[in-house]
Amino acid sequence: MKHVDEFRDPSRARSLLDQIRRQTTRRWVIMEVCGGQTHGLLRHGIDLALEDTIELIHGPGCPVCVTDEAKIDRAVRLSMTPGILLASFGDMLRVPGTSLSLAAARAEGASVREFYSPTDAVTYAAENPDQHVVFFAVGFETTAPATSLAVLQAKKRGLRNFSLLVSHVRVQPAMELIMASEANRVEGFLAAGHVCCVTGFAPYEDFAGRWGVPVVVTGFEPVDLLLGIAECVDRLEHQKSGVANCFGRSVALEGNRNAQSVVDDVYEVCESRWRGLGVLCEGGFRLREEYREFDAEFRFPEQSGKASEASGKAVTPVIFSTCRAGEVLSGRIQPCACGEFGSGCTPEHPLGAPMVSSEGACAAWFRYRLRSIGS
Amino acid sequence: MNSFEWSAQCPIPMAGTAGQVLLAHGEGARLSRRLIRDTITSRFRDSGSSSEFGDAAIRSLRDARIAVTTDSYTVSPLFFPGGDIGSLSIYGTVNDLVVAGAEPRWLTFSLMIEEGLPLTLLEAILESAAEAARRCSVEIIAGDTKVVPKGCVDQLFINTAGVGELVSPVPPGPAFLRPGDSIVVSGDIGRHGIAMLNARGILQTELPVKSDSGSVQSMMHAVRQCSENAVRCVRDATRGGVSAVLHEWSEDGRVTISLEENWIPVRREVRGACEILGLDPLYIANEGTIVIAVDSASAKAVVDLLRQVPGCEGATVIGKVCEAGSCPVTIRRAMGIDLPLDEPSGAPLPRIC
Repeated sequence: MKHVDEFRDPSRARSLLDQIRRQTTRRWVIMEVCGGQTHGLLRHGIDLALEDTIELIHGPGCPVCVTDEAKIDRAVRLSMTPGILLASFGDMLRVPGTSLSLAAARAEGASVREFYSPTDAVTYAAENPDQHVVFFAVGFETTAPATSLAVLQAKKRGLRNFSLLVSHVRVQPAMELIMASEANRVEGFLAAGHVCCVTGFAPYEDFAGRWGVPVVVTGFEPVDLLLGIAECVDRLEHQKSGVANCFGRSVALEGNRNAQSVVDDVYEVCESRWRGLGVLCEGGFRLREEYREFDAEFRFPEQSGKASEASGKAVTPVIFSTCRAGEVLSGRIQPCACGEFGSGCTPEHPLGAPMVSSEGACAAWFRYRLRSIGS
Repeated sequence: MNSFEWSAQCPIPMAGTAGQVLLAHGEGARLSRRLIRDTITSRFRDSGSSSEFGDAAIRSLRDARIAVTTDSYTVSPLFFPGGDIGSLSIYGTVNDLVVAGAEPRWLTFSLMIEEGLPLTLLEAILESAAEAARRCSVEIIAGDTKVVPKGCVDQLFINTAGVGELVSPVPPGPAFLRPGDSIVVSGDIGRHGIAMLNARGILQTELPVKSDSGSVQSMMHAVRQCSENAVRCVRDATRGGVSAVLHEWSEDGRVTISLEENWIPVRREVRGACEILGLDPLYIANEGTIVIAVDSASAKAVVDLLRQVPGCEGATVIGKVCEAGSCPVTIRRAMGIDLPLDEPSGAPLPRIC
């Protein structure tokens, strides 16, 4: 299959592995920012193959993991409100807020439906005028253009029964926070390829210069990931910071101008609370004033309080202080360093969001590493 | 600039999902198996029910040995490329009997109909079921019809139960898996699941993928031509896909099963759809594809016999049985490294980005 097979070519991957091993003089610490990259690295065993050569740290780029609990609670409450259908990406259904997940709410009778695309939810709203469709707009700059487009389509079609519950996040403020942290160990970044498809990589020039770190735009297939790591290692070995693009088949310097323009039209940058990390300055998007009618939080302001109150059940949240998800999300520890990993915390009984989400670092470790051969 | 250190906490509460049946419990993966083992069958043990988890139960009745199975069918939409709920409800139950080593004889056929279902739709589904029964040479000998108020079922549910007569040699089952045995599939995988996603409009393209829904009788007939005692076990890889079958075999046979990713037959269109949606074809349902564990000396013979069956040109070996290791199923990915093949908890959900 074109654009896939050549980037999974075993011989090319092996020669890149050799190149990286040859060139490395010390065990550099490199963070892959995106959850998709984390899964790619673990799925193909690249982190194992390079275990003695470099340390790969998993970044906070799993949109499901970092979605604020309060937003999930709000989504759950909306889904339990008669007349409202809560539309969401499938990934988001399993992660609980402070009490229920959307999947659990659905089992209690809430209206929750998964959609593959936000614009499908617009079509559904047009075909079902008796329901108000709230789309749970989560994700990084990657998904923001699609949710922007949904709002623009809904507006054009004059729909009054469609709105967004916005919880979009921006990747660069998280990278800033990682570098600013006193505990930071990251020496180079593999920037998230899909985010850069939209934003381009020009915005990283200033970041890389200020912090003196290499930032390499990287894709998701094994050869993509190895090209990114090789470039990052090369720059670290030669004490070169700056930005390089190793995902040229998808990413241009300026990014996708059309996508940027629809996002800019609909959203403005705002402060944002990230699960496990706290409040990030300029960390998210919110709908602009002129699109307020499509803002579910504006349309349904009465829906406040805990999700458990809406369900009429007294759910006492049991918080596990032994969960070290925040440290995993910020790249301070690997999932296996957490005492609960794999025993007290599994995908069926997760203690933290990175174990619930399919893109989370803990879930990736459970899936591909816990029972690795020979370990 | 954020001037503080992280709060570095994100524990989630444990309330919420315990004590409820979730959709994930019905998706054929880990949660399904636990529900069946721990909640359902554990309660029927006293009545002599089997603790084995094949596709059909086998009992002796005077001189005859028979296989019994039952299955309920809920699909949306009712008609999809390559099939419909009517023919599916016949093929599914027939196939469960066939892979258990039986010649299917009699089926029961029960309908749960939502009020308001157009009669023409029902008639078309019944015609399709009748045609499928003729093709499989099975008799529908009993049935039931219930009509329930709107909203109680989604259009139409069908339950079929089947009885078949065992034909020797009967594949002995996963307890007889031995290290070195080969794992064979009868053709390319993942077509039914992707055809269903396509029929639901999720892919928004006219993908030329039809469900593999059909009888596996001729495949099993081919497998039976192979030398005596070579075949260990056979399953049809329905809900949960090939992965679910192999995880069950691994557990029941106390072995590890190792797959070669490059050997697994997947059509281009199916693979493309899986790439787009972030799904693995190994987890996707089939409705007319079987997995066979066979003595490695007979693997080539089984593959050659299968390839003569129309529609099974893609039959091939995809892996082998190994001594029990630390994980039930492993897969050698493109880089040549053996990695665990996880068993999903519930339905594989498409990723956000």
